[in-house]
Amino acid sequence: MDQSEFEIEISLENKPAARDPVAETIKRDLLAKKGYHQVSNVRSGQYLRIVLKANSEEDAEGIVTDMCNALRIFNPVTQNLNVLNVKKL
Amino acid sequence: MTIKIAVVQFPGANCDLDAIHVLRNVIGVETSLVWHNHFKEAEFDGVILPGGFAFGDYLRAGIIAAHSPALDEARIMLKDGRPILGICNGFQILTEAEFLPGALLQNDSLKFVCKWINIRVENNKTPFTNKMKNGDVLAIPIAHGEGRYFANNLKELEENEQIVFKYSNEDGKHTQNANPNGSMENIAGICNLERNCMGLMPHPERASEAILSPKSTTHGKLFFDSMVEFIKKRL
Repeated sequence: MDQSEFEIEISLENKPAARDPVAETIKRDLLAKKGYHQVSNVRSGQYLRIVLKANSEEDAEGIVTDMCNALRIFNPVTQNLNVLNVKKL
Repeated sequence: MTIKIAVVQFPGANCDLDAIHVLRNVIGVETSLVWHNHFKEAEFDGVILPGGFAFGDYLRAGIIAAHSPALDEARIMLKDGRPILGICNGFQILTEAEFLPGALLQNDSLKFVCKWINIRVENNKTPFTNKMKNGDVLAIPIAHGEGRYFANNLKELEENEQIVFKYSNEDGKHTQNANPNGSMENIAGICNLERNCMGLMPHPERASEAILSPKSTTHGKLFFDSMVEFIKKRL
């Protein structure tokens, strides 16, 4: 079976129990000071865009998830892994 | 029998040479600086993972170094009870390699903090603190951007006496002002259940000679004296 290329976007975000001073500073010292009081929460994180060969979208997502777990691409103590988007190129 | 300690050098390490200097010239033990790909556990009685920014701290501080072959070698030492000390970036590497529980997050101030602080000894029954007394307050420098200790199982760490050092004021009080990075419970250093692996954010190798200390203290030397004492008893 010929494999296709897929692009997967993932984010790594601190778990709610882990304080996120970057996001707190953005919310408190920028958004709130400039009048955007409608913003109730901000969380920061890391973003990775990965291109890989796979048999299907499900296969591509499975490979990336396995890879992230096996190599601790995200720290399971403090972070959650979110798959944001999977698309065939 | 001659004691031999290794200091593992990762690309981006710092204070590796300071640790070598203290071990060789202040403590007087045979010490080798070993490139991380060349480190072989069988040659050594103990190992130190120094500070710095291994592999540029890319992705997260310590994560890429945690996959180095040096950590596979160190895992053998971990299992047979030889002492492993992680200083600053070395502590971050040991948590990412799961030798030690928890994680080190960006300082709550979002700033790199470089200054002399105080820590209080919470557990002197480890290979790295046997020359100290519980409640002793040590003057020691820190220099880090990601030192905010976080763990999901704090109660367990307390019950198992794995918390070895806490940030304190000069009187040994764990105040919020004495906490330089927002660490949970002012934690500055922890050990594994078996006690032979410890990580801490402060730099004992920068605090082992009076000439380097603003108060002419040599508290950092106690870490290395303790480690050598522990090794001597094991041999």
